[in-house]
Amino acid sequence: MGKRNHLEHTEGRDQDEKGDEMSTKKPFPSYIKNKLIRSLQYAKLKTQKKNQKKIRRKERDAVEKQAVQLGEAAPPRRVPRTIENTREYDETVARPDDDELLAEDAVDEFSAHFNSEVTPQLLITSSRWCSTMTIKFIAELLRVIPNAHYYKRGSYEIKQIVKYARNRNFTAIIIIHDNRKEPNGMLIISLPDGPTAHFKLSNFVRSKKIKGHGKPTTHLPELILNNFTTRIGHRLGRMLASLFPRQPNFRGRRVVTFHNQRDFIFFRHHRYIFEEKEEASRSSNTNKGSEKKSKKSSKVKMIARLQECGPRFTLKLISLQHGTFDSKYGEYEWVHKADMDTSRRRFFI
Amino acid sequence: MQHDEVIWQVINHNHCSFKARTQTQNFCRNAYNVTGLCNRSSCPLANSRYATIREHEGTLYLYMKSIERAHMPKDLWERVKLPRNYAKALEIIDKYLEFWPKFLVHKNKQRLTKMTQYLIRKRKLALKVREKLVTMPAKQVKREARREAKAEVAAVLDKAIEKELLQRLQSGTYGDIYNFPVKEYQEALDKEELLEEEEEEEEEEEPAVEYVEYEMEDEEDLEDFQTYTDKGEDVEDEFEGGHASDRSKPGKRSTSTWDEDVTDKIRKRKKKKAHVEIEYEGEPEELLQGAV
Repeated sequence: MGKRNHLEHTEGRDQDEKGDEMSTKKPFPSYIKNKLIRSLQYAKLKTQKKNQKKIRRKERDAVEKQAVQLGEAAPPRRVPRTIENTREYDETVARPDDDELLAEDAVDEFSAHFNSEVTPQLLITSSRWCSTMTIKFIAELLRVIPNAHYYKRGSYEIKQIVKYARNRNFTAIIIIHDNRKEPNGMLIISLPDGPTAHFKLSNFVRSKKIKGHGKPTTHLPELILNNFTTRIGHRLGRMLASLFPRQPNFRGRRVVTFHNQRDFIFFRHHRYIFEEKEEASRSSNTNKGSEKKSKKSSKVKMIARLQECGPRFTLKLISLQHGTFDSKYGEYEWVHKADMDTSRRRFFI
Repeated sequence: MQHDEVIWQVINHNHCSFKARTQTQNFCRNAYNVTGLCNRSSCPLANSRYATIREHEGTLYLYMKSIERAHMPKDLWERVKLPRNYAKALEIIDKYLEFWPKFLVHKNKQRLTKMTQYLIRKRKLALKVREKLVTMPAKQVKREARREAKAEVAAVLDKAIEKELLQRLQSGTYGDIYNFPVKEYQEALDKEELLEEEEEEEEEEEPAVEYVEYEMEDEEDLEDFQTYTDKGEDVEDEFEGGHASDRSKPGKRSTSTWDEDVTDKIRKRKKKKAHVEIEYEGEPEELLQGAV
């Protein structure tokens, strides 16, 4: 009895509000106390919504098709709102033609590298007590980064290592920290007086674990740096680029990617190959005339096929420090703070 | 009035909030206790005449109390700063506790030793660089993992990389490495080849010279055999191992004679030793690489 009463009650409410619409007949299933009935109602609502969406899409497609047939301009497609395109305004987002930025680039710590005055030479080491996984991670890094050398950490302090590396003309130091037997932090110190970046490292996947992974050659890889837009990002991008030799060997078809998305820097390592692919257009499928088909087949587009070599990992900037490592008196250019995480649409890189 | 004995009776038999009981012995938590043990002689409460050493921000002080000041808690303890120099500090203890019970003097000196040692250790450690442990709030870690997963989906990495590569190809970054479109390129190549062939046909046809690999398996076997029979006539030569040494004396093979049995043996060995030969060929290169 109670259930029926409730249903009647809700229905009454519906009719008061929007009596004509079928879809919103029971807008308040949460009022129903019986769980079974309630979930049924929910399921019904969901299917209704889905169907409506389908209908809407069909209508949209029809309009578009009509427009094409009539030779008119199709109504503009609606762009979905994503976190990226609703990102909070950041005044430091750099324009490529920014004179100030170019001037800064010409004199910053990496200008020597970008003028091909120095060749990158890396020193990679771990934290004082590191796990096997960290060693494996370092081994993978050594495969990816040319001219990188692993040194056992021993009981040396970071400042001592910096001194040592500087004397031996290394251009950067990478230190891998770990936690619970997994690498979880990366410290990149550019030398001789470059900035120091501290990253959180996560989701490390060894090449071996990647399905269908390829074996990279020893050619110098080329580099892709995606979405390093702000001033900090630009600087970070230059820093990462300075780890790799300036002149890649394109015949190796080997590409290393640092892709920034929402302040996470994804590292990937691929082999690629360019190929031509016939463009499968709808008209060629519908008209099976041989002439037309042959015409269509001549229309090809380029694709780049990728094979991942690994490893895979993600970096997230914790701090960027001016000068070499100095946790006590160092001057920080940027430090991540908890209150920066309050909005999910605010990004810094 | 001070009644040390009464106080001790209470502490010992009833209750003392500073007392820490363990199975083997009792300890004292009172900061003024000179030994840290709970007993009659080292109890700072039950002794109206007492001396101890305390540390305050890295400096040591000798604390003394006497029965004359027992009624004034404010001024109960007399405090003397001890110098950093251990020997001088000992002197001062001797000076101030000249007529005090030997137990207290001795225990105070022991305490001084212990405390100077830990202060030295402390200063040393403060100079040393040490790792700092940082907390990782579980909530934050979870949130970041979630956001990272979503960011990865949003990134569509493969597409992004492919797009960038194609852009580079179009902008001519790769120079003349690639020849696209392939079909046209192949056609062009075929045409060129045809032209070349025609030209070749026009030219006089000469007998084609072929360079064929020397069949060394046979020969080495033979040599092997030879050395075997001649009891090491040319062993060194063989260890030079190159084709050159073999080629230098091809006459040898023609001159040497053997029975049919021997040839059979050789055939058998050939089959067996096929792998060995290949290995032998590869070795010197590896050695060379190692040396470099």
